Amino acid sequence: MLTALGVVFGVASVVAMLAIGEGASYEAQEQIRNLGSQNVILESIKPPDNQGPGQQSRSFVIEYGLTSRDINQIRQTIPGISVVVPSRIISEYLWHDDKNIDGSIIGALPIYPEMRNRKLSSGRFFTDIELAGRLPVCVINQTSATRLFPLSTPVGKSIRVRGYYYQVIGIMEDEGQRATTESTGNGNKSSSSLAQIVIPFTTLMDQFGDTFFRFRSGSFEAEKVEFHEAIVRVDDVNEVVSRAEAIKQILSKNHPREDYRVTVPIELLRQAERTKRIFSIVLGSIAAISLLVGGIGIMNIMLASVTERTREIGVRRALGAKQRDIVLQFLIETVLLSGAGGVVGVILGLGIPVAISHFAGVTTVIKLWAPSLAFSISVMTGIAFGIYPALRAAKMNPVEALRHV
Amino acid sequence: MVKPIIELTNIRKTYRMGDMESHVLQGITLSIFPGEYVCIMGPSGCGKSTLLNVLGCLDQPTSGSYLLSSQDVAHLNDDELSLVRCRNLGFIFQSYNLIQQLTVIENIELPLYYKGVPESESHDIAEKLAGQVGLGKHLHHRPNELSGGQQQRVAIARSLANDPLVILADEATGNLDSKSGHEILGVFDDLHQLGKTLIFVTHDERMVQRCSRVVRLRDGHIESDEPGGARKHRAANPVSELHMNDVTEESESSADLPTSVFSH
Repeated sequence: MLTALGVVFGVASVVAMLAIGEGASYEAQEQIRNLGSQNVILESIKPPDNQGPGQQSRSFVIEYGLTSRDINQIRQTIPGISVVVPSRIISEYLWHDDKNIDGSIIGALPIYPEMRNRKLSSGRFFTDIELAGRLPVCVINQTSATRLFPLSTPVGKSIRVRGYYYQVIGIMEDEGQRATTESTGNGNKSSSSLAQIVIPFTTLMDQFGDTFFRFRSGSFEAEKVEFHEAIVRVDDVNEVVSRAEAIKQILSKNHPREDYRVTVPIELLRQAERTKRIFSIVLGSIAAISLLVGGIGIMNIMLASVTERTREIGVRRALGAKQRDIVLQFLIETVLLSGAGGVVGVILGLGIPVAISHFAGVTTVIKLWAPSLAFSISVMTGIAFGIYPALRAAKMNPVEALRHV
Repeated sequence: MVKPIIELTNIRKTYRMGDMESHVLQGITLSIFPGEYVCIMGPSGCGKSTLLNVLGCLDQPTSGSYLLSSQDVAHLNDDELSLVRCRNLGFIFQSYNLIQQLTVIENIELPLYYKGVPESESHDIAEKLAGQVGLGKHLHHRPNELSGGQQQRVAIARSLANDPLVILADEATGNLDSKSGHEILGVFDDLHQLGKTLIFVTHDERMVQRCSRVVRLRDGHIESDEPGGARKHRAANPVSELHMNDVTEESESSADLPTSVFSH
């Protein structure tokens, strides 16, 4: 059984490779599904600390990010884009009665759920009228619903943020795992468990103004950000990358400091493909080397077996076995050996992705065809490395084989 | 006159080792008729094993012609030789040469497997033959669980499985003690009485007493070709008639091995 160890590891790494590769593309597709394949997402980020400390002491307010000037320029100069949806994101405590949680308030337009592929599980999203009327309404995500309203239905109740009350009119599903990039100022929190409430953009402007102060744990922060995020929808999927380039050009002129980030979901797919390729190369070479070593090991043991059973081969030939009967016999034995290694390898290989996703947090997907492919590779290894010993057995002279001690 | 089942004409076999040429068989001409029980004898190195290999279609003669039941088998390719062995020949070896990992019945079935006989049929044949050689109770034993005599019985059953024209044996009693050797000789007598053609290479003088013809070889030539012990008893009968008589008269009297078994 030790002989088949190489085949075991080879097959196991094939299964793992396929699982990780599939996982990477599955993850990318999930991300794209969340972000929208036609979208280009612009985000404001706090610029790297390249403005000297002197400057900072003069002004307490850090001003950065996307401005309405950017948005207007994009709208006016770039063809083939349909909508630009800006939004603001503010981190604050969300209150309901005496419960409070950390969360973010997103100021957005009514088209937001469609753009971000967010589904409402109950209630409704706010409308243009509510936007125009600057009404204090909000749609909360599942996380905030379960944490703020563990026992009751949230719709119709209200949430308090900094003394203002917002009526909950709907609940939307949480964003898909690690879908969007982390919101500004909340970079250490994974967005999947982040409490979010979405309110009309206009309401947000009224309540918070364009400068945002925050007092937390004794520290004081002030930032002036017009838009935290803007989503540009490109009409033609094939044009997304080139339009994103154009947008980057405009932004780089307006923002000498790198205080923005452009995310193109379609490029995430390309990144995932790259990850997949790297894993395929690494695990593929492990698989190839293991299979080669395993195959040679099997060939070695079969050659020993052929020599040991020379007499048996002679007897079989004397009893009427043709050369191809002998070839077939030894090939079947080799394939049984390597196939057994393949079965063990598949079992081991199914375990590796489980362990990887458990410890490294990488998504792995096992498709049904992957173990079957890996198993057939083990069988083919058996055939490839069994053919030489089998031919050697068959080519023996029957007379000499019978005389063999 | 019955046609000979084996007709060797001027068979030569030469081995070349570097510059040396050794002429192992130097023009053997021999005819063997159906039903004969032939012992091939001679000192070691006289070429009797080589002759047996040629007769058994395991080896090709360097020159000469070999007709096995009128078919020229001297110049066939490997697959065709395999087919001839498979259909027409049975082998018994000195060291039994049973396949250790197979059971008794599987060993007996082996020639039928290569002949392409369906499994259900070959199983019945093998079971009957095992019964005939007295191993009906050991069908699922492995060879290493049997005594030498029992193993040789399995080998005999195996050589009969494909209902061969000729049974060839090389020192079939050489590895056996005198008692089990005697038993095996009894089985050969039965086969002879059933009209099987037997060609044995042997040193065993007991076999000479029982066979119908003794061929002695020396240095690749036939030194002598005379009737064996069995034939001396009725020297008046010509070979062919002897055979006919054996089949018609004595098959009924042979209690151990009914004809039906060997004529499937």
